[in-house]
Amino acid sequence: MRSRLNALFDALLPVLATLAALGVGAVMLLILKVNPIEAYAALWDGAFGSSNAFAETLVKATPLLLVALGICISFRGDVINIGGEGQMIIGAILATWVGLTFTGLPGWLVVTISLVAGFLGGAIWGGIPGVLKAYFSVNEILSTVMMNAIAVQLMNFLLRGPMIDPSQAELASKIPQTARLLDAFRLPRLAPTRLHLGALIAVILAIAVYILLWRTTLGYRIRAVGQNPNASRYAGIKVQRYMVLALLLSGAFAGLAGATQVFGVNYRMITDGSSSGFTGSAGFNGIVAALFGQLHPLWSIPASILFGALLVGANKMQRVVQVPSALVIALNGLVVVFVVSSEILRKRRQRRRLADARQEDETPPPTESGESQIKQAETGA
Amino acid sequence: MDAIIILQAGVATGTVLLFATIGEIFAERSGVLNLGVEGMMLIGAMTAFSTTIATGNPWVGVLAAMFAAGLISQIHAFITITLQADQVVSGLALTFLGTGISLVLGEGLSKAGTVSLLPNFSIPLLSQIPFLGPILFTKQSVMVYIGYLLVPLTWYYINRTRPGLNLRSVGEYPSAADSLGISVFRLRYFYVFVGGMLAGLAGATISLAVAPGWFSELTTAGQGWIAVGLVIFAQWDPVRAMFGSYAFGALRRLILDIQGPTLLLGFDNPFYYNPYWGFFLQMLPYAFTVIVLVIGSREAMRKRLGAPAALGNPYVRGERGK
Repeated sequence: MRSRLNALFDALLPVLATLAALGVGAVMLLILKVNPIEAYAALWDGAFGSSNAFAETLVKATPLLLVALGICISFRGDVINIGGEGQMIIGAILATWVGLTFTGLPGWLVVTISLVAGFLGGAIWGGIPGVLKAYFSVNEILSTVMMNAIAVQLMNFLLRGPMIDPSQAELASKIPQTARLLDAFRLPRLAPTRLHLGALIAVILAIAVYILLWRTTLGYRIRAVGQNPNASRYAGIKVQRYMVLALLLSGAFAGLAGATQVFGVNYRMITDGSSSGFTGSAGFNGIVAALFGQLHPLWSIPASILFGALLVGANKMQRVVQVPSALVIALNGLVVVFVVSSEILRKRRQRRRLADARQEDETPPPTESGESQIKQAETGA
Repeated sequence: MDAIIILQAGVATGTVLLFATIGEIFAERSGVLNLGVEGMMLIGAMTAFSTTIATGNPWVGVLAAMFAAGLISQIHAFITITLQADQVVSGLALTFLGTGISLVLGEGLSKAGTVSLLPNFSIPLLSQIPFLGPILFTKQSVMVYIGYLLVPLTWYYINRTRPGLNLRSVGEYPSAADSLGISVFRLRYFYVFVGGMLAGLAGATISLAVAPGWFSELTTAGQGWIAVGLVIFAQWDPVRAMFGSYAFGALRRLILDIQGPTLLLGFDNPFYYNPYWGFFLQMLPYAFTVIVLVIGSREAMRKRLGAPAALGNPYVRGERGK
């Protein structure tokens, strides 16, 4: 009974964290002299008020989920990937290039190759910091952030130079955008809304990542390296290789997210000079979604929908009560603050449970040796 | 393209990085990694600018910026020191939070017009020194001069004073420090606050001196992250931090200036005739940071110089080791 209550409490923690964040958000709204109930009502209405609104929420959730899947892999491998923005951009650039180059091939083929190209582009952009971390001990948090900035400038260069829409190149305005993809190259719509096939792909991949992490040797090794690199090394795992792999895979999913944005939503790349102009900050918000989903690929699905809803709802909120939609960035930060803070409650109860178990029978408590940690990694999260 | 102008501007823009980097050195020396520098700098820049509009006095703006950024850093302190949660995740959250709050409260500030800025002046005698005088002591912002004072003071404080020794001990061997009666928790809270204040000062230096105004998240444009990287390059030493910061500042200015002239070293300047090539140049500071990290990390390994031993670990009283 008690263990079931504990499980229930664990599951409720993220919900409580969200409520707490919304509570602090309400205080901020009051400071801005806005009625929080009115603001949150507009937010809810914008996100779930109609089938179009809900479809829009799912459209926003799609890149979040894809990025979050990558984050699940890398964070489980104890590699911190903050480079989702850059990886999305590079993935999108490669995919767009494929889509604009091979115009003679059938649509389904080009779309498939483009998505694979996006996957590869992200893998390259994630793999570089991976190699730097594994073989040059360069902190991956910083290198991935720098790779974001480099990717943004590369995008600005390409979209103003070599990849610019030929019709724009002749105009004085020179809007930095690529040509539009052929209609045949668009990801199919799933409903008479803007919801596209990418959402379905993301959900299928979530299941695939779950299987990868907990049902394959590769995933087991990534998690083992994340839990205890030294023990993994003694167990014969090539630690450096799996570090690179974790970042590479993580980047690949972000790259795919970038590709689906082009082929499912915008049908071209366009830049306002910043990364968020293209990605909508999905590279960062995907991290929030993954942490909220407790780094579990399947829990990341509802988490992504929640944050997609926040993003879509924030636009409505901005229109109705004139609160800058950037409030959602602060709300995201608050959610992470509360999620990471609530970890201590979980840890405390775990410790108490161990102590109780120790009193009940005289079995020695599990030691913090490498062997037991490997076992932990084996049995799951 | 004048080398003296580039270096002079480099010292000015580098001062922003210098404050943020030294702030992060304080926090990390006490054992707390704070990745929220970017968010704290934005809070500082926004607070400084809006307070100066409201009061007309830039110095009030500077103080408000330091206080606001210090205050928000205490969220990170509470989560990582008292709740012993993950420092990386908490730092990221702080970046989100700081960015979001400053964008919301800064909405409309970009159209606020002109405000009174921090003064620029030359130092009498010192500005007459050949070469160094025009670069370091001529028509620089008061913040630049504060930077010159901060570096030796910080170095002396950390390496030669009792409180500095306590700071280092808390970051290297907290349980030993604790057994000597030094309050690990209190010192860590304090130095995270100091780090926040200096990040706020860095933000104020942008919006009131070096690049006046409020341009939403482009105000800092990732400099907070560069500062975190510079700490590693600087090997947690304020003097090395100074050289790194000024070099970066000069690089940023060089990139702007190189796109101006029609001729470059006697050839047609490709960056002038194809302006989009300039974006390649703008990658350089970030690519350079990566290179600096590679060099810094290798050197640190070779010399067995490392991060403060307890960096990133929460201190739990009575737990073995660490």
